Amino acid sequence: MLGLSKKDTTFLLIVIFLTLATPILLQPFPEGSALAQFNAGYPDLMQRFAIYGIFAIGFNILFGLTGYLSFGHAAFLGVGSYSVVWMYKLLSYNVLPGLILAVLMSALFALFIGFISLRRSGIYFSILTLAFAQMSFNLAYSVLTPLTNGETGLQVYTNDPQVLMSAGSPTSPHFFGIVMNESAKIDVGGWQFTFSNGYYFCAIIAIIVFYLSLRIFRSPFGIMLRAIKTNQTRMSYTGLNSRPYTLAAFVISGMYAGLAGGLLASMDPLAGAERMQWTASGEVVLMTILGGAGTLMGPVLGAGFIKYFENIFSKINDNILYAWFSALPEGLADALVFMLHPFIGKGWNLTLGLLFMLVVIFLPGGLMEGGSRIWGLITGKNRKSKKAGKDPEHHPKPSAHVN
Amino acid sequence: MGILEVSNVNKRFGGLQALGNVNLDIAAGTVHAIIGPNGAGKSTLLNVLVGKLIPDTGTVLFNGVSVLGRKPYEINQLGISRVFQTPEIFSDLTVFENMLIPCFAKRDGSFRLHALESIAAEKDLIEKAEHMLTEVNMADKRHMLASSLSRGDKRRLEMAMCLVQEPKLLLLDEPTAGMARADTNNTIDLLNQIHDSREITMVIIEHDMHVVFSLAKRITVLAQGSPLVEDTPDNIKGHPKVKEAYLGEAAA
Repeated sequence: MLGLSKKDTTFLLIVIFLTLATPILLQPFPEGSALAQFNAGYPDLMQRFAIYGIFAIGFNILFGLTGYLSFGHAAFLGVGSYSVVWMYKLLSYNVLPGLILAVLMSALFALFIGFISLRRSGIYFSILTLAFAQMSFNLAYSVLTPLTNGETGLQVYTNDPQVLMSAGSPTSPHFFGIVMNESAKIDVGGWQFTFSNGYYFCAIIAIIVFYLSLRIFRSPFGIMLRAIKTNQTRMSYTGLNSRPYTLAAFVISGMYAGLAGGLLASMDPLAGAERMQWTASGEVVLMTILGGAGTLMGPVLGAGFIKYFENIFSKINDNILYAWFSALPEGLADALVFMLHPFIGKGWNLTLGLLFMLVVIFLPGGLMEGGSRIWGLITGKNRKSKKAGKDPEHHPKPSAHVN
Repeated sequence: MGILEVSNVNKRFGGLQALGNVNLDIAAGTVHAIIGPNGAGKSTLLNVLVGKLIPDTGTVLFNGVSVLGRKPYEINQLGISRVFQTPEIFSDLTVFENMLIPCFAKRDGSFRLHALESIAAEKDLIEKAEHMLTEVNMADKRHMLASSLSRGDKRRLEMAMCLVQEPKLLLLDEPTAGMARADTNNTIDLLNQIHDSREITMVIIEHDMHVVFSLAKRITVLAQGSPLVEDTPDNIKGHPKVKEAYLGEAAA
């Protein structure tokens, strides 16, 4: 179906189901229960999952396939956001023109930055992209204020032209009348599910771009990109110039980032320069590596993981901890809270950092590798565990020749 | 006129004359070996032939077209393939995917963005790749990761990747370096079989005399950057100048 193999079609259908059912799946605890704060099924967070998922999927096309580590992808995120807000200011609150402009502008930016940065590889490439992103950030922050409104951030004012606005048009971002921040709340038993327009808009776009990335992974172009990652010498002695391939991958991933940036501004009609800062570029690197670079689903998982930590762990405070430990003797509870204090609230970065270290050290393939190992243990298909069973002191066969 | 003509090539690295007045004329369809002691300039010569080094003077013509100043991928597109001393393959890809890359490269030449096409739809190329794998006896290993192959199989795969592009000239840089005897003999058989079935011109740079005398139709001996003698293997075997170059004055 859709030009995919049977296995990939099943995979895509599962992804579609999970994405569409997210408002239900992320709401596992009934309202009012002690664990309800771990529910992630509210629109704002789910939209972030989808948007940063798109960002990471795009980043993975570059980093996961070609191995070129860009530290400047946040620049495209910012370009996308500014494009959308400008379209609000000039035309109307319909997000479509803005999103199209966001993708085109970020493609142009990526073509320019990629053309220069891809003259180098490895760490030099990373530094060049980082330099470009920081330049963009500084330009947006202080130099190009007429275009970006500097540190205040770009937003829509009442005296903006908005030439396509008529009397009845919605006054917040919408897609042909479907207003993004409207939602339907449904109560089932103790549970409350929120189905928001904004989330479903992002989710459908995310599914489309996920499908496109699946096609890219399975295409001759995808296999070329993986070949570039493995051996550029053989690549050139096979008659292939790797530059156009890497540039195309860079532009495609830049377009994904621009789309994600545009969607951020579609959910909340603001665009600030801080969206372009290097921390945002670093975040997508973390997402991709945490989830599993080069895998299809990994970056999305990584994005979800980091955004969950950012929004849920940061909300746990000492009072909540005391409530959990209320059954324990006071001294013990104090000690536990004291120990856990650095890891919660504002300390969520510390927890995430530790987790990231653990994943990188023990699961170099990211969460996806963890998942497949667990799956292997359950089904017994894991070759390593089988071999270990037969030959507990298994040693690798000595290789016949020295390489 | 040969398929590859090297005339008056000189290359200096600082004070070292790596190549001095090299003239070579390699006939189409032959297997030409270039031998010589360590430091004779064999690798430098090969790097000049594939465009990795630009000589100080001289010309290198392939079928009448100069290869100098061209990038390695452009030289490959002219019809020259190279096999490396350590097999250069795509080790993170499967054997079959390794075979697909040169097939695509051969078909599309330079860049073509086929980002949304499916590999499975390229039936011709898949068939071509399968056919080549069968020819080098690796069809049963097609789903293996290239990095997990033995040294001999890696060499086989690299050779297959070069051959599937139907090159006019195949350059081999010590194709049996670091191989066990059995693997070496397999490689010799494979190369002989390739040459017999396709009439590809081959230039072999080799240390191992057993390999050289089992393959070459013609041999050039290089010493201190210049060709010493060029002759048939039988004549080279007892040549006094060759003995001198390899073993020093005393043996002559």
